[in-house]
Amino acid sequence: MIIKDAPIVLETKGMTKRFPGVLANDHVDLKLHKGEILALLGENGAGKSTLMNMIYGLYHPDEGEIWIKGEKVRLNDPGDAIARGVGMVHQHFQLVPVMTVAENVMLGAEITRGLYLDQRTAVTKVHELSMQYGLEVDPTAVIEDLPVGTQQRVEIIKALYRNADILILDEPTAVLTPQEAHELFRIMNDLTEQGVSIIFITHKLKEVLAVADRVGVLRGGKYVGTADPKTATEASLAELMVGRKVILQVDKAKAQPGEPVLKVSDLVVKDDRDQIAVDGLSLEVHAGEILGVAGVQGNGQREFVEALTGLRPVVSGKAVIAGQDITHAPPRTITELGVAHIPEDREKHGLVMPYTLADNMVLNRYYQKPYANGIILNQEKIDQDGAALVEKYDVRTPSVYTPASSLSGGNKQKVIVAREFSREMKLLIANQPTRGIDVGSIEFIHNQIVAQRDEGVAVLLVSAELDEVLGLADRVAVIFDGRIVKTLSIAEATRERVGLLMAGSDA
Amino acid sequence: MSEQSVEEGNGRSSSWLRRIWNTTSVPVGAVLLAALIGAAILAISGANPLDAYAALIKGSFGDSAAVGRTLEKATPLIFSGLAVAFAFKAGLFNIGAQGQLLVGAIVAAYVGFSIEGLPAIIHAPLALIAGAAAGAIYGAFPGALKTYTGANEVITTIMLNYVAINLTDYLADGPWKDTTPGNVVARTPKIFDSAAIPFVGDIPIGFFIALLMAVITWWLLYKTTIGFEIRTVGLNPHAAKYAGIKVAFTVILTMTLSGLLAGMGGSIETQGIVGRYQPGFNANLGFDGITVALLGKTHPFGVIPAALLIGAMKAGSSQMQFSADVAKEITDVIMAFILFFVAADMIIRWILRTRAAEGEKITLSTGWGK
Ligand SMILES: Nc1ncnc2c1ncn2[C@@H]1O[C@H](COP(=O)(O)OP(=O)(O)OP(=O)(O)O)[C@@H](O)[C@H]1O
Ligand SMILES: [Mg+2]
Repeated sequence: MIIKDAPIVLETKGMTKRFPGVLANDHVDLKLHKGEILALLGENGAGKSTLMNMIYGLYHPDEGEIWIKGEKVRLNDPGDAIARGVGMVHQHFQLVPVMTVAENVMLGAEITRGLYLDQRTAVTKVHELSMQYGLEVDPTAVIEDLPVGTQQRVEIIKALYRNADILILDEPTAVLTPQEAHELFRIMNDLTEQGVSIIFITHKLKEVLAVADRVGVLRGGKYVGTADPKTATEASLAELMVGRKVILQVDKAKAQPGEPVLKVSDLVVKDDRDQIAVDGLSLEVHAGEILGVAGVQGNGQREFVEALTGLRPVVSGKAVIAGQDITHAPPRTITELGVAHIPEDREKHGLVMPYTLADNMVLNRYYQKPYANGIILNQEKIDQDGAALVEKYDVRTPSVYTPASSLSGGNKQKVIVAREFSREMKLLIANQPTRGIDVGSIEFIHNQIVAQRDEGVAVLLVSAELDEVLGLADRVAVIFDGRIVKTLSIAEATRERVGLLMAGSDA
Repeated sequence: MSEQSVEEGNGRSSSWLRRIWNTTSVPVGAVLLAALIGAAILAISGANPLDAYAALIKGSFGDSAAVGRTLEKATPLIFSGLAVAFAFKAGLFNIGAQGQLLVGAIVAAYVGFSIEGLPAIIHAPLALIAGAAAGAIYGAFPGALKTYTGANEVITTIMLNYVAINLTDYLADGPWKDTTPGNVVARTPKIFDSAAIPFVGDIPIGFFIALLMAVITWWLLYKTTIGFEIRTVGLNPHAAKYAGIKVAFTVILTMTLSGLLAGMGGSIETQGIVGRYQPGFNANLGFDGITVALLGKTHPFGVIPAALLIGAMKAGSSQMQFSADVAKEITDVIMAFILFFVAADMIIRWILRTRAAEGEKITLSTGWGK
């Protein structure tokens, strides 16, 4: 690919965007060449999504210009951006779950024949697009039956259907399995070969090195530099992003495991569709150790964690925490036993979006002293302690009174981490604790997890990132089809071996 | 829900002038627009809108008797508005304020006419509390139905309204009927004076009770752990469950308290205004509570001006009919338009060109899952 000489299809000049108390974008100049994959890196809150939302017409710049294909444009809404060939795939898909792929794709751009929707043409068109770009998907499948990776493909087809040739992917890999991510990269390469230009946001530096043609970095709202993935390393990219050296390896002493804190035996749990998802799962986590649960997403991890934390009923089996049977206990009983829980879906379980950060920081202890006296809330104390946590966990926000909804994705995660880590605990259940978080903050959170372990906390770490599990865990339990198929000491847990076990083969 | 982000979002931020504008622009715009449409209708039908509105204002605020009338009309609306707004905070749409109010009104009447010889200091509060309790129980029903059977509260409360209407009709024409010789209409006997809630001058004391209840409601919602639980359930039931809040209990509690507010409105109407229960006298007070709650942006303190406005329209409409010679139903038309515009707030926002703050508009797209 000779990107350098390719024409510029998109350019921003001096893009500036202010939110109350935040300069989210500060004179950002960005160039995108035809047919290239530009990776956009930056810490949580650096302004990546804000910039993309302006290019997609969702936000309006306070200053600056957007040039698309040599023309200065004013984008009032996404419709204007789409008309100029810009497509965007958001992290939370905007699909109607009960409709088919074809129906979703044509939604808002329906083909009609008289008063009738021309479903057949839509199906054909979707089929053609999926053939042309290697985006395998059945046009007649219903969205809710499709795995996340496929739903994302539908979003891409939706953009292509509207003739997008500039595609923005905001953290597309955060919820994908490694296999799905690979598939996505292949698709991205196919697309660029056919002239589509892509801006790709991620926090995973490996992915950047693997697929990007060029790397742009934002820091504190400013564009701070461009890197060449051929010569860059993970460490150099991390440094450029954060502005200091980041230690990507977790540095920890050998675990000193004590008594078992969590004992699970033969647990059976059903998923939302009433199918058995956890099928006779047994494991133990001891005080002072980190047990990492490795596995391809969708093998019962979510249901397992929800059952342990009281959010989902248990069909049979038993779970004991600190000597107490909690198999059928409600969430509050479990929390009060000293269980901290970082939920997988921070939007759904972890935060109340319109609440201030301070209120979110006390979401599961608002009723305890000193935050409440009887039934009377002590708002002053809530706000004060919230401010201290914001400081300690480096949550990038104008104030503790900001609603959680206006934080950047990674900063939302930090709020949850701060809340859960700031109380006495015996057991930490962390499900995807660093999803969507930048490298600098991952380093911080990992160190916190290890520090908790060294204090004698039992840690159950569930992560789709094999690197994270292998880097943090003292023992690795591999989950497959709702069962722990094998538990390995970290010394035995080689990438290959765990990978094979995750795929269901007996290694 | 955009209004909530504005309201809960930056409770303590510096730009509160802007905040006030953000929260009041839609209701104020809705009222003005509805008044304009009302004027157009008046003009088309040959009346002078200015005269009509002048008469309306005179009839509602012209002298102390008019003001008293306005407060009298506003009082039950504050209660029903609070009831709807309160339930709304837990994400529940209580269409049943009407039924809860009727039940409260007739039970207060029963306590008022059936017990003789109590001192007023005991009798009046007793009747008030009895009506409130009846409303609370009647509100708890749909709450329990929702939690235990999953029945949608919108449907059950609508149906329970009919049950309440027929039940109160039956009682007022049957066992609790006024047996004064010569009475043929369905109504209960008059309550004893000891159960009545009096006026100070032209102002009904019930109005002050309504204000007090608004303050208590606000305090409960925003200053207590119970309110925190209610609001959390309303904004994100999944997070509420995660936080250890008993969602089922909270739903029932909210509906109970909502019913209590509506029932208390019924009591006060009986004890302060009507003096007995008579079918038809409380028509629509509960339904108007929906308009009041939405116009007041479902905030306890927003409910007060909203109820005063609707109350004023009701109080002044007779004067308008009398001196400007226009049908008083025009106020119902205006009220309907107000409700329409507050519900369809996009129209007002478009006219006022106030974008919903950008963050609210597209929370779907700020990165990793918003
Ligand atoms: N709607 C909004 N209202 C107020 N502030 C906002 C809003 N959206 C973003 N911000 C602020 O702007 C800054 C940049 O946010 P942005 O979402 O662009 O970050 P990001 O680089 O995408 O981060 P992440 O990697 O965590 O997704 C943050 O400080 C954030 O709090
Ligand atoms: Mg982002």
